[in-house]
Amino acid sequence: MTKSELIERLVDRHEQLSVKDVELAVKTMLDQMTEALSHGDRIEIRGFGSFSLHYRAPRVGRNPKTGASVSLTAKYVPHFKPGKELREQVNDSLLRD
Amino acid sequence: MGSLTKADMAERLNEELGLNKREAKDMVESFFEEIRTSLASNEQVKLSGFGNFDLRDKRQRPGRNPKTGEEVPISARRVVTFRPGQKLKDRVEAYADNGGEL
Repeated sequence: MTKSELIERLVDRHEQLSVKDVELAVKTMLDQMTEALSHGDRIEIRGFGSFSLHYRAPRVGRNPKTGASVSLTAKYVPHFKPGKELREQVNDSLLRD
Repeated sequence: MGSLTKADMAERLNEELGLNKREAKDMVESFFEEIRTSLASNEQVKLSGFGNFDLRDKRQRPGRNPKTGEEVPISARRVVTFRPGQKLKDRVEAYADNGGEL
């Protein structure tokens, strides 16, 4: 499912809203989530999961072409931990296959 | 450092988009529900700019009960993994550059 397919499905579920409203709502929600993480905040969605930042220590990397070492600074990367309900539903789909 | 919740997201839809409170709450609920339903039907979810939710099938592997040390196989399972998109990765790295506690 892509973002535009998600929007279509939401349009079907919210008949009182225009397509434009739904598009804007999806954009607003994703922007807000991106913003939260980029401020170092967590996102906690019950039944779905949580997003947080994971620390990556500085390290010496290598340019794969030249073999030269490059020092890479510490950084944060986004991490998602599925919630119990999502985990179970996804795993149940394996049992149905 | 706070935590973003569905209530915060509904509040913004209400304030910025003018959805009424009921619509805003339903929109946030159905947004996550549709993603979950898709994943529960073994269908990957791609939200450009934000990231992809992928599904991976893991084979059974040997495990151990940490308390008793007894060998217990970890059953085959399907799991969700999240791969952040470039825009999200860049925004989060910028946080580290701008005074994130490193």
